[in-house]
Amino acid sequence: MLVKHKRGLFQRFYVVELLKGLTITMKNMLFGKTVTIQYPEERRNYSGRFRGMHYIKATNGVENCTACMLCPTVCPAECIHIEAGERPDKEKYPVKFEIDVLRCCFCGMCEEACPKDAIKLSTIYEMSTEHREVYEKDYLLEQRGNK
Amino acid sequence: MTAGMDLFEWSVMIGKVLFVAVVLLQVAPLMAWVERRGSALMQNRLGPNRIGPLGLFQSICDAIKFIFKEDTVPGHVEKFYWLLAPIVSLVPSFMTFLAIPIASSINLGDHTIHFQAANLDVGLLYVLSIGSLGVYGIIMAGWASNNKYSLLGSLRSSSQMISYELSLGLSIIGILMTFSSVQLSEIAAAQGQTLLQLGPLSIPKWGIFIQPLGFLIFTTAAFAETNRLPFDLPEGESEIVAGYHLEYGSMKFAVFMMAEYVNMFTASAMISTLYFGGWQMLPGMQSLLTLSGTSGLTYEWLRIVLELSSFFIKVIFFMWFFVWVRWTIPRFRYDQLMDLGWKAMLPLSLLNILATGALIYFKVI
Repeated sequence: MLVKHKRGLFQRFYVVELLKGLTITMKNMLFGKTVTIQYPEERRNYSGRFRGMHYIKATNGVENCTACMLCPTVCPAECIHIEAGERPDKEKYPVKFEIDVLRCCFCGMCEEACPKDAIKLSTIYEMSTEHREVYEKDYLLEQRGNK
Repeated sequence: MTAGMDLFEWSVMIGKVLFVAVVLLQVAPLMAWVERRGSALMQNRLGPNRIGPLGLFQSICDAIKFIFKEDTVPGHVEKFYWLLAPIVSLVPSFMTFLAIPIASSINLGDHTIHFQAANLDVGLLYVLSIGSLGVYGIIMAGWASNNKYSLLGSLRSSSQMISYELSLGLSIIGILMTFSSVQLSEIAAAQGQTLLQLGPLSIPKWGIFIQPLGFLIFTTAAFAETNRLPFDLPEGESEIVAGYHLEYGSMKFAVFMMAEYVNMFTASAMISTLYFGGWQMLPGMQSLLTLSGTSGLTYEWLRIVLELSSFFIKVIFFMWFFVWVRWTIPRFRYDQLMDLGWKAMLPLSLLNILATGALIYFKVI
């Protein structure tokens, strides 16, 4: 609906309003605090619970994962692919552990489902690449975690 | 310009035209930078600051990008007029600045150099008439683009021009009455007189002190003439996408942008010439000139340099003012625009003429 305001000739000329506005912008320009984060040099601090790039936690150089298949089961995006194998000491372990990161929706349900505290989402968010990325096991085993 | 010009006068003439052309060509890239940095700072951001000192070379990168982009011609446009439109909007904007005096004259023996590319007897009328030619480029672009949004943009542009050119012309009449001349160099020279002497403080006879209302109206109308915010309805990004230059890409778009900035520069120069004394020196510069202790030709050249810098300082201030206002006020709605033009500015400019006439009749000014 068109609202009609009663304005006099002087108000219709907007001079006072204009001057008020101009002082506001000038004040912001001279004394305003710049909020820009100059990205590669400065970085924003994210919460410790931020869900970023995946990794598999290892203890003494051996991955915690026992290939129990809970994470591919719970994964809503179906991006985790595990092939299980057997170690000489009869322990189950993942021969292949791949995450198709383009399908991943970073919901963190794999992290919640994991009984061995193996799959984790770190706080790393710089994940851009020049090709379609599938994270292999070796890559995932790099301990980039803070949790 | 008489027929009998010798080699010296020819070279001076060409030099002046080249100077104006080169200055005007630098306006667009510099202003693009000023606009981006200025808007950023007003919005508590930083703006482009990576390339070169303070991000100044960003404009060079932009220019290179514009040149190397693919120059497409959409299939549905009226090719001849479509290609002509950017040229038609750019050329008048370059032509207008020629008539504006940028400094007074200097005597070199038997020659006098006027620092004005064309000292026309009808300078003011020439600027007004050529300045209003620019809208044809916009109308052409909108019509030839064969696109609803573009057509709407150019339609708005033409109606805006009609409404605001009226108050623009009427607001100048006050100046014409007080200085009784349409020659821009005379108007600028006449503003050197003293209006009031308040002890040590002398107020010059600048247009702003005689015609404050005329200045307000002229500045507002100049904003509308140059299609700058708050009167950028022909572009209206959020309503009609980009208006008349919607179908243009690469260098053709850049030409439109250049025309806008050059128009802005001419408008700023006109505001400073008519209302801020043009090349008249800023307060304090005269004493600086006296203090320098030079005489003869050195003194004269120093005077010219100071006058040039005063003129350009004034113009730069108004260029900044254009940017400042752009990032302060939102766009007018169409009916508000027409309200302001016809119901506020037209009566006020008529009132201004009446008041000026009365003041002149009673010999106040």
